[in-house]
Amino acid sequence: MHSSIALGPRKEFLIRHGGDGLRRMILRVAAALAPLIVAQPAFAQDGAGKVDAADTAFMIAATALVLMMTLPGLALFYSGMVRKKNVLATMAQSLVATAIVSLLWIGIGYSLAFSGDGAYIGDASRALLAGIGLDTVSPLAKTIPEILFMIYQMTFAVITCALVGGSVAERMRFSAFMLFCVSWLFIVYAPSAHWVWGGGFLQKMGLLDFAGGTVVHINAGVAGLVCALVLGNRVGFGRENLSPFDVSLAVIGAGLLWVGWFGFNGGSALAANSRAVFAIVATHLAACAGALVWSGLEWLQRGKPSVLGVVSGAVAGLGTITPASGYILPWHGIVVGLIAGAVCYWFCSVVKYRLRYDDTLDVFGVHGVGGVMGTLLAGVFATRAITASGSDPGVAGLLEGDPHQLLVQAIGVGVTVVWCVVGTLAALKIVSLVTSLRVNADDEREGLDIALHGEALHQ
Amino acid sequence: MKIITAVIKPFKLDEAREALTEIGVHGMTATEVKGYGRQKGHAEIYRGAEYIVSFLPKVKIEVALPDALVDRAIEAIRKSAYTGHIGDGKIFVSPLERAMRIRTGETDSDAL
Repeated sequence: MHSSIALGPRKEFLIRHGGDGLRRMILRVAAALAPLIVAQPAFAQDGAGKVDAADTAFMIAATALVLMMTLPGLALFYSGMVRKKNVLATMAQSLVATAIVSLLWIGIGYSLAFSGDGAYIGDASRALLAGIGLDTVSPLAKTIPEILFMIYQMTFAVITCALVGGSVAERMRFSAFMLFCVSWLFIVYAPSAHWVWGGGFLQKMGLLDFAGGTVVHINAGVAGLVCALVLGNRVGFGRENLSPFDVSLAVIGAGLLWVGWFGFNGGSALAANSRAVFAIVATHLAACAGALVWSGLEWLQRGKPSVLGVVSGAVAGLGTITPASGYILPWHGIVVGLIAGAVCYWFCSVVKYRLRYDDTLDVFGVHGVGGVMGTLLAGVFATRAITASGSDPGVAGLLEGDPHQLLVQAIGVGVTVVWCVVGTLAALKIVSLVTSLRVNADDEREGLDIALHGEALHQ
Repeated sequence: MKIITAVIKPFKLDEAREALTEIGVHGMTATEVKGYGRQKGHAEIYRGAEYIVSFLPKVKIEVALPDALVDRAIEAIRKSAYTGHIGDGKIFVSPLERAMRIRTGETDSDAL
């Protein structure tokens, strides 16, 4: 047991003098911690993968781009759309989601999502990164180091949890949000990622989700809606002026999201190849089309195109193209963006007000609605020439005459939505046993920056 | 002595300052304020949520001056801040009882 070398004197003492049960437990903990402390060569080299330098370099850059989407992208995008008294608290949600989810991901999240071959959940074989060494390669990404695959996927888990915060901004307790990140990651995100990307039943069924229409966007959007309904509307919703503090911050944030999305969708090819670039091109075109449609509809209906409308349309296009991006032709991206801009605009500016629910930053209206549409559209636009690779004959969508894939996509959407509703309710229930979900009315009036963080913006 | 308080359109501040300087007023205080009168405000729309903003940004200038200059100062402000559109602002004149320059201790008209 070479790892005992790394134990401190206190633990040595316990091993020598503690009871047998305690001793066994400590040895087990030590064994689990060993790979963190001592660089351990890989024993379980799963796939017959060989690390490719170009793929590795590309994926390191993509990982940084996706983390940039949350910090500072989403933090700025969201905080620019809340009132001045809640700007810091909204940034805090993105920050703390990053910190908590990253640590949990290394702890066990990655293992539950991306190891083992269970149909519904992974195993604990990669807990605390056990077994991951310099030469380890995941069978799910055969040309990059597994440690890189792990951290790339971590950035997806981070942004998904951070996205949910937008629906309950300006009223959720900070402590409740922190606990929600913990419970929701394990109940909803990790299983969902396993089903779709980690060898679970949806992947085996043939669901096409290139970069997270189900795992990221439907999950974030539906969880956002459930959270918003459970917490209830903000004080003054529908009566008072809740206009954004600074749309220019939201523009900067949306710009960072847009650029970061090249790493999000392009990187989901998991290699520096042509498919990555096709995904990037489709992604960019969808963002452009979405931006023009959303703001154009505002222009027609209200007489002026708002800047917030331009960036909202871009993000709607980006979210919607995500599941399809690596399977389609560039011009499909334009069509997806047009549909996304129109439907998400209608949802956020008409349907939401008819239904009178307060999803503060339209997490459901943009990501939920976009994720559902995008996942279905992947079944429409999937193109055999793009989806085929090596021995894989590829998949044809409805447009190429095969309706079967659309059915598979619909099942994927249905399963994801149902599990997300149930799982989010369960996660909120768990949190509410520990602390109340919502700040009291006085704190909400005063603003969360002062009430929860003891800080304020000054001008 | 009088104090003139004028609420004007923000982009008219420089013209008002120049006009007052020309008639020999050397000094004023300007404050960014919000308010409304006959100009009712405007609508802002964010993702379909429409808010009527009644308070519009204006600049308030305060000028202390001897009685002899008051009429010319009012005229200078009115001419320089005028656009003819609703929302040009208002001018108020009130008596000023005492004044002192802090650095020298000069009082009243010597302090203006």
